[in-house]
Amino acid sequence: MEKVKILSPTAILGYGFPVKSFEAGLEKKPDVIAVDAGSVDPGPYYLGAGKSFTQRAAVKRDLYYMLKACVELNIPLLIGTAGGAGGRVHLMEVVEIIKELAFENDLSFKMAVIDTEIDKEWLKDKVRQRKTKPLGNLPDLTIEEIEEAVRIVAQAGMEPFIKALKAGAQVIVAGRAFDPAVFAAYPVAHGFDVGLSLHLGKILECAAIATEPGSGSDCLMGELDREGFVVYPLNPERRATPLSVSAHSLYEKTSPFELHGPGGKLDLSQVNFQAVDDRTVRVTGTKFIKTPNYYLKIEGVKRVGFRAISIAGSRDPKFIENFQSIASGVKKRVEDNFPELAGKYYLNFIAYGINGVMGALEPENKLSHEIGIVMDVVAEDKNTAEQILSFTRSTMLHFGFPGRISTAGNLAFSFSPSDIPVGDVYNFSIHHLVEVEDPEKLFPIEHIEIGGRGGGKTY
Amino acid sequence: MVKLIDIAKVIRSKNSGPFELTFDIIFKDKEIYEKVKGKKAINSELIKRLYKISEDKIIGIYYFDPALAVKFTIVRPLPAGHLGETDIYGAQQHAPLLNAELEL
Repeated sequence: MEKVKILSPTAILGYGFPVKSFEAGLEKKPDVIAVDAGSVDPGPYYLGAGKSFTQRAAVKRDLYYMLKACVELNIPLLIGTAGGAGGRVHLMEVVEIIKELAFENDLSFKMAVIDTEIDKEWLKDKVRQRKTKPLGNLPDLTIEEIEEAVRIVAQAGMEPFIKALKAGAQVIVAGRAFDPAVFAAYPVAHGFDVGLSLHLGKILECAAIATEPGSGSDCLMGELDREGFVVYPLNPERRATPLSVSAHSLYEKTSPFELHGPGGKLDLSQVNFQAVDDRTVRVTGTKFIKTPNYYLKIEGVKRVGFRAISIAGSRDPKFIENFQSIASGVKKRVEDNFPELAGKYYLNFIAYGINGVMGALEPENKLSHEIGIVMDVVAEDKNTAEQILSFTRSTMLHFGFPGRISTAGNLAFSFSPSDIPVGDVYNFSIHHLVEVEDPEKLFPIEHIEIGGRGGGKTY
Repeated sequence: MVKLIDIAKVIRSKNSGPFELTFDIIFKDKEIYEKVKGKKAINSELIKRLYKISEDKIIGIYYFDPALAVKFTIVRPLPAGHLGETDIYGAQQHAPLLNAELEL
């Protein structure tokens, strides 16, 4: 095998793609189709609540085309970070969709399901053995943080995918996975260079975002050989250029030169991006540098309470001018009114028009002619949150301030009801590295024979 | 003095994980990029001033030739989605760069 062709249909499973682009990709006879299905970007809620930020029907629509294509062409389909956040519950939802599609379309294949949710006791042992370290400016991981976490996942590298491929799986679906891993696993399993495979994966993971004009819901093709790889879009309206592809290499990463992942880092300091034609770019020179010990990134969230919000606006210059003191005055009134709830709720105002977007980083201090206020309350339970919010809202509506001339009410509400229960709130509480001896063994793989209308069985 | 917005093709911010904000400035052509790079016109002094942050919050500043880009990464004031945090994706933190002026 001198070349591997990898088709990336979409940036995230469920984001969609034009069928024409996908079919143009199939005409190129890909050796493998791979798709990343998740991200931490939408925030901690999805991992905590066990929900996906993509809609089931959208995921099913995308998977329909991919499954059919992989069965027809008899090639593997790899899916990483199933269900958006990659927990066991997320993974099982995607497995169910795949089974449904196989039944409805009478498709048969061998499927491997890779579970990447982390056992808390295993992780506690790692903490006791001092085998974890924090990322960013987080404190060291503690037993208490592990106990408080709702759900903890580890970002799988290529190893379990390669193991599943070697065991003969055609469709591989995994929980949380390093985004490029699903693209790199097949070529690495066939002896291609790890650095080039992962770099190609990094570009393919967001599909056509690396093209001009960029799009997260259109296909991108990658062709890897022994010395480098090319990428090109399948939609004639897009072009891959040295600038679009190199600019994408640094997207969402701390540094453009070192991209850290499971087991090591990509070194991009010697990389070369060259135009092959006006729509195709060739990349060479990427190196993979193994770390002496194998580290996996782990992610965990904890529940911090229940949120209720109210949204209002003000068009009164004096109210806007006095907003900071009004906000602290209202907070004080709430404290006075509910002394028994002291310390049991969080109350905050997000003031759009003042610093609602940038918060502490906001350098501007000129006043707007109108502002929008989000009253944000988080408490242990729904009742407490709604009680605090209701009092806060009515207090701010009629709060007195210097120069007040409009005595009927300070706020404009767009909605009735004005108070909105949002739901449970979570924080990212674990974002650490853990040292593992065997990255392949950590992730249990279940093999299932999917028999189309005949159903499925574990083998 | 030259306005950054006049010489850049892309000015963007985004999370690099839930605990960092990263900023990419991609210049319009090689000549202007080389000028900015030669003068190190995007530097920690500028970032500290624009974002009112201290040196220890700057994780790195990188000049990346293939993309004609300068990238810098800072510690998020609050992790994405924390109570009081206002930009989950970190995608609207580029605004102060729009007003930045560089001496070239």
